[in-house]
Amino acid sequence: MIVNQFLVLGALLFSLGIYGVLVRRNAILVLLSVELMLAAVNINFVAFGSYLPDAFASGHVFALFVIAVAAAEVGIGLAIVLLIFRNRSSANVDELDLMKW
Amino acid sequence: MVTSAVSLFAAEEGGHAAVELSSGGALAAWAWLIPVVPLAAMFVIVLFGKRFPYKGWELATGSMLFVAVYSVVLLISHWNQPIAYEQHVELARIGTLPAGDLVVEWGWVVDGLSIMMYAVVGIVGFFVFTYAKGYMEGDERFTFFFASFSLFAGGMLVLVSAPNLIQLIVGWELVGVASYLLIGHWWEDQANNAAAIKAFITNKIADIGLFIGVIIAGLVVGSFRITDVLDAVKAGDSALADVAFWVALALFVGAMGKSAQMPFHVWLPDAMAGPTPVSSLMHAATMVTAGVYLIGRMFPLYNTEGFGDDVRTWIILVGAATLLFTGLIALVQDDIKKVLAYSTLSQLGYMMAAMGAGAYTAGLFHLFTHAMFKGLLFLAAGSVIHGVHSNNMSDMGGLRKPMPYTFWTFLVGSLALAGIFPLSGFWSKDEILASISYDAGHGGGGVATLVLVVAIIGAFITAFYMARAVWLTFFGEYKGHGHPHESPRVMTYPLVGLAFLSATVGFLNMPGIATPFTDWLAGRLHEIGDHHAEAIDLGLAAVGTLVALAGIAVGTLLFRKDAATQQERDRFRIPVLYPLLEHKYYFDDVYMRGIVYPIRGPIARAVNWSNSYVIDGVVNLVGAITRGLSRVVYGGMDQRGIDLAINAVAGAAGEAGRAARRAQTGKVQQYAGALFAGAVLLVIGFVIFG
Repeated sequence: MIVNQFLVLGALLFSLGIYGVLVRRNAILVLLSVELMLAAVNINFVAFGSYLPDAFASGHVFALFVIAVAAAEVGIGLAIVLLIFRNRSSANVDELDLMKW
Repeated sequence: MVTSAVSLFAAEEGGHAAVELSSGGALAAWAWLIPVVPLAAMFVIVLFGKRFPYKGWELATGSMLFVAVYSVVLLISHWNQPIAYEQHVELARIGTLPAGDLVVEWGWVVDGLSIMMYAVVGIVGFFVFTYAKGYMEGDERFTFFFASFSLFAGGMLVLVSAPNLIQLIVGWELVGVASYLLIGHWWEDQANNAAAIKAFITNKIADIGLFIGVIIAGLVVGSFRITDVLDAVKAGDSALADVAFWVALALFVGAMGKSAQMPFHVWLPDAMAGPTPVSSLMHAATMVTAGVYLIGRMFPLYNTEGFGDDVRTWIILVGAATLLFTGLIALVQDDIKKVLAYSTLSQLGYMMAAMGAGAYTAGLFHLFTHAMFKGLLFLAAGSVIHGVHSNNMSDMGGLRKPMPYTFWTFLVGSLALAGIFPLSGFWSKDEILASISYDAGHGGGGVATLVLVVAIIGAFITAFYMARAVWLTFFGEYKGHGHPHESPRVMTYPLVGLAFLSATVGFLNMPGIATPFTDWLAGRLHEIGDHHAEAIDLGLAAVGTLVALAGIAVGTLLFRKDAATQQERDRFRIPVLYPLLEHKYYFDDVYMRGIVYPIRGPIARAVNWSNSYVIDGVVNLVGAITRGLSRVVYGGMDQRGIDLAINAVAGAAGEAGRAARRAQTGKVQQYAGALFAGAVLLVIGFVIFG
């Protein structure tokens, strides 16, 4: 089995995610892009987990961990976005410049 | 290191019956407590006095009570067997002479003479300290006063207990310092300061004599122990005999200063500037008795043929001059304390004259009785001053009624001083007259006869001025302001106590009847060999009493009433004599113009010059150096060095912050972009540099 095609897929998916995170203005879409990046990471984990066999199947296990963490992260992220939208009637990240000096 | 020198031997057959001398046992061995307790009290009062309920008074008075009780116990427990005990504790060795090592020692003497002095200081001191509580009530330096007072009494006890001349000087100077503090106690008044300085400096000049005498004696004998010096006298040491006249004379000059003999008497009347209890203690028990005590302690030196016996002529003459001339001044004084002060001078003249006549017992007995009645008179005068708020007899009069205790006790003291039978002054004055009379017939010659006449005239003057003081103070109309009142009991009880003693202590020495005092004073390691009356000289006693009564009569005639006898009193103002007396024979003026100004002027000029040029120069130089240095430090180092560096650091931090602020846009995606860019750079770095 050749691992390259999986890694290329992961790299593409990760780059798409970065692009989404850096470019989209809607906070929901930024969160979705973050999910894309996590999915790319999961692909890499699983690919390496299959390519480099080990007794504990660490790659697969870590993929499951990432999914669980991502689910939690999305839950909190969506809650934040929801509250911001309620307060400001907008989910545009450009307008969230409270942390400016 | 303790060197014990307890010597025990029976007094030789001589003027006195042989008496077995006792070593005194534990009582004498612990007698070092006598000077130490008042000095310890002084330190405690200085440090913690104000925390005590009576502000330190109780400590001072307690220490005096201790001394009084201890000395009385010593007296009574060895009534028939005089003590002669000495103890020396070596402190340091200061050099070696052919005659022996010069050693500085501390020690104490317990013998007839010193116990008598302990008793005088303790008893009079106790009464005066008690009285002072009332007199000094409300004084702002009450506690300090009692500290100085304890030092005064303690210094005197150090002096009296000294078995060597060095310790004697230490006590001598402690007394001098304490007297300075006490005379100048109310230093807010310039006059009191001047009086304190005058007392101190006059004493210091006379002290040079004491120092010279002590140094010569110490170097020649090779020891500063009084016992060794007197042993050398007894052994007829030829080296000492060569200088003995000068030693005796120099020691007498020292005694003249402390005992205020002419011409060193000028400090004593001015010392009245101190509070009255100070005057009382100074005139009765401490200070002025020191000189007489010194002559008494060194008496064998003055009484041995070929040693200091020629000095006795000087002593008797100085004593006679003092007793006559200062007594006359007392006649014209208006200040009641000054009357008593000049009276003290006159009585000290009696004591010295007696010493000069070779009458150890008579001189010291007069010291003893005088301490009682002069202490009493001063305290009574203080009580009057307390009630009237004035020192001047022209502000008094008629105080007999409002101040009965003061009046009766003052009267007892005055009669005792005048020498009226059977009060104590009668016995001591008669003893002195008898001794001088004896001396006139046994080697004293014309000088002693002249002095006897002077002493009898002195008795007349004494009675005269005391009568004057009593009439002016207690009879006639009250001329002062306000309402005089009797003093509180803390002041009148000591008066009564001292009045009792003034009336009775004369019975301790009735020649021919009972003379425990004479026997007691003879209890010493060295044979005194003085003359003392074996029986009352009825003729002289009659003359003395008649003269005293005549003095009282004249005083009464002149001063009985106030206004009516003004003309009579004016008649008393004899043209040349009266101004002479009023100006105290111009002693002060001569001293000021002849000695003080010529010395003070150049010294003041020299001090001024050195102040302007030397001290100011140094101060200015230091100032200029400081200014120069500070200029370098401020301008060069502080402003240009440290400040510049600090400002540079702060400026750099500010600029960096201003630059870095631009990165803080608050836009999340820019941050994320930077994050990813950084990650990419890191990856590239790892790939390239592995």
